[in-house]
Amino acid sequence: MTILLLLIPVALGLGFLGLIAFLWSVRTGQFEDLDGAATRILFDDGKPLPPGQKSQA
Amino acid sequence: MSLALQDIAADPRPAPGTCRHCGQPVPKSGEEFCCPGCAGAYALIHELGLDAYYARRDAQGDQPVTAEGPVLDLANLVETAADGTCSLRLRVDGLTCGACVWLIESALKAQGPVTDARVNLTTRRLTLRWKGGADLAEGLAATVRKLGYRLAAFDTGAADDPQKAQEKELMRCMAIAGFSAMNIMLLSVSVWSGHAGSMGEATRTLMHWLSALIALPTVAYCARPFFRSALAALKAGRTNMDVPISLGVTLASSISLWETFEHGEHAYFDGAVMLLFFLLIGRFLDSRARGRARSAAEHLLALGRTPVTVLKPDGTATLLAPSAVANGSTVLVAVGERVGIDGTVSDGVSEVDTSVVTGETQPQPVEPGARVFAGMVNLSAPLRLTVTASGEGTLLAEIVRLMEAAEQGRARFVALADRVAKNYTPVVHTLALATFLAWTFLMGLAWQESLFIAVAVLIITCPCALALAVPAVQVVASGRLLRGGILLKSATALERLAKVDTIVFDKTGTLTLGRPDLLPDLERRGEDLESAARLARASKHPLSRALARAAGPGPVAEGVREIPGMGLELDGPAGPIRLGRRSFVGLEEGPQAVGEGPELWYARPGRVPVRFAFADRARADAAEVVGKLRAAGYRVELLSGDRPGTVAALAAGLGIAEWRAGVDPAGKCARLAELRASGAKVLMVGDGLNDAAALAAADVSVSPSSAVDIAQTAADAVFQGDRLAPVAELLSVSRKAERLVIQNLGFSLLYNLCAVPIAMAGHATPLVAAVAMSSSSLVVLGNALRLSRRAKEARS
Repeated sequence: MTILLLLIPVALGLGFLGLIAFLWSVRTGQFEDLDGAATRILFDDGKPLPPGQKSQA
Repeated sequence: MSLALQDIAADPRPAPGTCRHCGQPVPKSGEEFCCPGCAGAYALIHELGLDAYYARRDAQGDQPVTAEGPVLDLANLVETAADGTCSLRLRVDGLTCGACVWLIESALKAQGPVTDARVNLTTRRLTLRWKGGADLAEGLAATVRKLGYRLAAFDTGAADDPQKAQEKELMRCMAIAGFSAMNIMLLSVSVWSGHAGSMGEATRTLMHWLSALIALPTVAYCARPFFRSALAALKAGRTNMDVPISLGVTLASSISLWETFEHGEHAYFDGAVMLLFFLLIGRFLDSRARGRARSAAEHLLALGRTPVTVLKPDGTATLLAPSAVANGSTVLVAVGERVGIDGTVSDGVSEVDTSVVTGETQPQPVEPGARVFAGMVNLSAPLRLTVTASGEGTLLAEIVRLMEAAEQGRARFVALADRVAKNYTPVVHTLALATFLAWTFLMGLAWQESLFIAVAVLIITCPCALALAVPAVQVVASGRLLRGGILLKSATALERLAKVDTIVFDKTGTLTLGRPDLLPDLERRGEDLESAARLARASKHPLSRALARAAGPGPVAEGVREIPGMGLELDGPAGPIRLGRRSFVGLEEGPQAVGEGPELWYARPGRVPVRFAFADRARADAAEVVGKLRAAGYRVELLSGDRPGTVAALAAGLGIAEWRAGVDPAGKCARLAELRASGAKVLMVGDGLNDAAALAAADVSVSPSSAVDIAQTAADAVFQGDRLAPVAELLSVSRKAERLVIQNLGFSLLYNLCAVPIAMAGHATPLVAAVAMSSSSLVVLGNALRLSRRAKEARS
């Protein structure tokens, strides 16, 4: 049963990492715009075009 | 906003005969755009190299409202950081899909000074950062406006901040409770499997200690929302669902800690934390659903709040938000503009459309000294107003007074869940106490063991399913309503709506659209309408707009002069062509028949003048909806401030037998009080300033999103769009929701009836408690979800 001394901390640690990651994502506002995020991923050329440059759809 | 989904076309060119920007039919075949606004938006998009927008959008854009739009008072809203970066937050209207987000962001980033532009599609807000002066704000806003989106100011100190903070706290609590519940369950499952005999006492105690290590901080942190609410209720001498929840969780944790000390066999840490997790999910969803509805309602209000033109003492005009205008300032109101603020006319003679304020559809003449209120529309000549404080024995003051009286008279509605809790809590706590006493004194058990059984009773009866029964249904219902354009603002509105048996409608703006529409006339020739519309398109007057709307998009005559108070004039080859009031075209000002709406006359040299009659027409589906409501057993009444002829005609057309005309705000309140005194549960649907008091006096109230601020604030729910169907939908959803709530409550009580004897007999081990609690919660949630599934079936 000594394996428990290793496995339980590992299990808890991994869960804790997940929790921290979630809290971090909430804090940085990643849950603020779920609808927008769903569509943004489709636009690959997210870089703004230099002013005046003509179309390149 | 048109949400009609189109085929996602790879070819950005629309079908021939439709506008290249908005996709609506063009007036003449061969043309590319339906209006100059669309042409401007297209040119801007093309110039910025963003044509990809047309291929990307999955919904048709809106017709740009007006290319120039109202100038907002933006310079005051800009926040300047220490390093010279300016930032501005705005509300954007007209966003339909991700392509709009991309278009706005790309168009703004193409402007030199802009460092960051981010549109939030969920909350419809634009956050903009740029280097340079705050005075660039107007130009940047104009860029977005030219693309066809409407903008409104966003107050940075908005009142939704406590709401937002609460939602974030609930989300954090939920995440932590979820983490703890899963990890403790992992340990508990091992303990339960170990009961078969393979696990030694030392290992079991280790597991219990680990569980305690996770559970105790979790309970201390995550149960705070419940503790706070329970304490507040107890202080007020009441009890709510949170009292048994707090007590159950605290007792379960302490007794389990005691057991762990004693190397005992059972610990309830998993039950306590899982309970918290489930309840927090319910509470978080509830808070988010209502937060969404409220922010959508604020969004609508903010869009309607356009700045007013203030004349400074030195003669220059500036734009200010209505709330920033000081008493005694002079405000200009142009023809066709909505009065943004209460005041007295100081200069100018005009007619105003007061329908939003009094329900009266006939324009009212105003002259210096007359009072005007926010929401009225200036019809014929520019006006100067002196801003006055609301009060001083005016209509508004009377309405505020009536609203206060109505709110006092309205008994506080006690939510069903709280009424259940009120009866449930004492019963459960008595049962637990009885269990403890019976085991100690009748069965001769040691007091620790008896206490353990008593706590098991409290845990098993901890109203998990009961506390989820109502919020789960409300979340699903408000989500379904939100998709249908109905914003539910009050938490108890659904319950109150389900009890309604009488519906009182206001006329103007509620059953009707509150704007003039051209009446069909068989004798009129289509050519006359088209020719008159050429003039009408040049004007912002509501009647001209109605005429132009009826004629559809088309060319605009050049050189049209607007003569205030009279009409429009155009120099034709054979003499002046006129569109305006009766006397303007040279006819005698004759007496109007009762119940007739406004009219326009169109005169061309050498021809008989043509009459265009207008009326505020009923919403397209009003008759059908009223019929449906009556068939469903509701008593429908019409209360209007308008004159009897007009009201009678509308009531007859819609099949409403009971109507009253010429009712003032106090009269409306009195009628509602009369109905309520006779035992009826009344739903009031109204939009005007004169309805605000009645909205507050009714059992529950609804207003359209076109209503004045004060009415929307007083109403429990707001519906969007030109149709009346949302009212019927709201009532049917509320009845279905009530049925589901009762089923859920019934099930929870049944569950308790079965589980309590088991717990009292001392057989409720942690395993039994975990299985019973989670399964009952899942059943309740599943039952609530049926409400949204039915909506999907109805749509497809």
